Amino acid sequence: MIKYTLRRLIQAIPTFFGITILSYGLMLAAPGGPVRALTFDPKVTPQERERLAARLGVNDSLPIQYLRWLLGDDWMRWDSDGDGIADRSFLLSLDADGDGEPEPPGTRRGILRGDFGRSFYQKRPVIDIIVERIPATLELGFASLLVALAVGVPIGIVAAVKRGSVFDNFTRVMAVVFNAVPVFWLGIVLILIFGSTLRLLPMGSRCSALAIGGCPPVFERLEYLLLPTLVLATGGIAGYSRYMRASMLDVINQDYIRTAKSKGLSARQVWFRHGARNALIPLATFLGPAITGLLGGAAITETVFSWPGLGRLAVGAVVQQDYPVVMAVVIMTAVATILGFILSDILYALIDPRIRFS
Amino acid sequence: MTAQSQPGRIVNLTGDEERRVGESLTILALRRLRRDRLTMLALGVLALLTLLAVSAPIIENALGVSYSRTNVTQAFLPVGSPGHLLGTDDLGRDHLARLLYAGQVSLGIAFSAGLLSIVIGVSLGIVTGYYGGVIDDFVIWVVTTINSVPSLFLLLIVSAVILQNKELAAIVGSGGGALVIILGLLGWTGTTRLVRGETLSIREREFIISARAIGASPWRIMFSHILPNLVSVVVITLAIDIGTLILVEAALSFLQLGVKPPTPTWGNMLTNSQDFFTKGVHLVIAPGLLIVITVLCLYVIGDGIRDAFDPTAVD
Repeated sequence: MIKYTLRRLIQAIPTFFGITILSYGLMLAAPGGPVRALTFDPKVTPQERERLAARLGVNDSLPIQYLRWLLGDDWMRWDSDGDGIADRSFLLSLDADGDGEPEPPGTRRGILRGDFGRSFYQKRPVIDIIVERIPATLELGFASLLVALAVGVPIGIVAAVKRGSVFDNFTRVMAVVFNAVPVFWLGIVLILIFGSTLRLLPMGSRCSALAIGGCPPVFERLEYLLLPTLVLATGGIAGYSRYMRASMLDVINQDYIRTAKSKGLSARQVWFRHGARNALIPLATFLGPAITGLLGGAAITETVFSWPGLGRLAVGAVVQQDYPVVMAVVIMTAVATILGFILSDILYALIDPRIRFS
Repeated sequence: MTAQSQPGRIVNLTGDEERRVGESLTILALRRLRRDRLTMLALGVLALLTLLAVSAPIIENALGVSYSRTNVTQAFLPVGSPGHLLGTDDLGRDHLARLLYAGQVSLGIAFSAGLLSIVIGVSLGIVTGYYGGVIDDFVIWVVTTINSVPSLFLLLIVSAVILQNKELAAIVGSGGGALVIILGLLGWTGTTRLVRGETLSIREREFIISARAIGASPWRIMFSHILPNLVSVVVITLAIDIGTLILVEAALSFLQLGVKPPTPTWGNMLTNSQDFFTKGVHLVIAPGLLIVITVLCLYVIGDGIRDAFDPTAVD
């Protein structure tokens, strides 16, 4: 199994590099940036701006710029004797701006070592901003995954047991309908009904604005979690119920179900002890896509509900042209997705002994 | 359109029992579709919506309203107000006219982007599936890379980058045209995967081998022997993709990263809808409802065509 996991991880490396190239390309195409910001500063002369650009490496060749972004520049231009002046260099010129004096040593560590740069907008390390937002996204993500499984799986089982019944047809229609509903509109309509009209639930946010020192534990503010969780879970409920139904119908044609029936077990026991447990196995492959769906779909849900997570951070950063933040969210989400797919494959093989790691 | 395309002729097989033989799957599928009431209903509703959207200027003239003329004294008129069937919005513009024009934009973008992505997806899928090797590895690498970023995230960023970059915006334009290009250029990965898989299996079939044996060029094999066998897959994918594209366009425009006001789309009509909760609930409900109906129709049509083309289905 360790060998299999390792191989899958190695296979993921090209994809990871693809994502870094994609992100970097997007960042290059993006307008703005630290040098552009300085053009509007009247105190900076054109010569100074040119020198700063040279120091920041804007004039270097694209592969060098990409490499510096990926791996940092602290090994490209470094200070061997600790006097604060760079005296050794690799790939980069010691005197980038051509003023006859060596530049200060490189300080960037590169995204591979967790240095995503500084936010243009918040003026602090991107990684700090992201770490702050992760708990909110995970909270919403896990809550909705839980709801999606807890509602979707039983619906699928019952629909398969009562195949062709009113319940089966109704849930099938509802699954298609909910797939056609825009997530943001569903959120708005729920806020309209439960927040604005009935005044039963808050209109958004993770906890009361009056909460001092951050939000209290989840169970003290479930009313805030309820609507965004439902909205984010609808896609999952529709998907899991259809998938579970198909999987159940697959299982009931197996020999061991016939054996269980012929042993004289009650229908309930056959369906739930023998059927449902085995029908759950293929659902493990859904975990990978589920992570992508939760993070991607969360961008909209979080925005509609003012939920302070990664998705809302990314949408805000896109609007503010804060590209270091955007790229960090993209890369982290993509890594989470890749790992999610690998995890679901491993889980699948672990749960189902018929599948071998090969 | 399968290998045995022959006009349906009636032969006497077993006594009184008459059966159609040699009928192509396409003719069979079209016959099944005509009997499928739900799919026909969905087609009808979609056609009606499209017709209404296309004739928006005519309807506007007939009712004596305007989708763009603002009139602050008539803001937030309720549904059924005299002169404004579906009321007016926050700037006093006629809501019905805006919904129709928005339909034009939303449907136009989704259909064009759907066509663009299907053309890219099918061509790439056939070529990679047929040639395999390095081309295949490269395309699959690109597909996996694009797919590992949640698609909405990617679209958000790409459209923001392009619309904010003046040089790029000069190439692709802004507003609807740019969105068509962005959605089309990023939406082909699913189709490519699907078509590649189908091509892989078709290229091993006898009629391809015989085509190769009589010296048909690879392009001829790909586009006049393999492509016709993909028609059903392509049509199903197109219907469902257009539905999804309407949802995506709506989401992007809602977040103000797609089509920008004053051009209306169903998505951007909902951008400020949280401010309308107390003043005009119709402004919140109507655009969303139209999105749901349109997308639902497209999904039902896609499903209907899938069932109609299912070769294992019993008639």
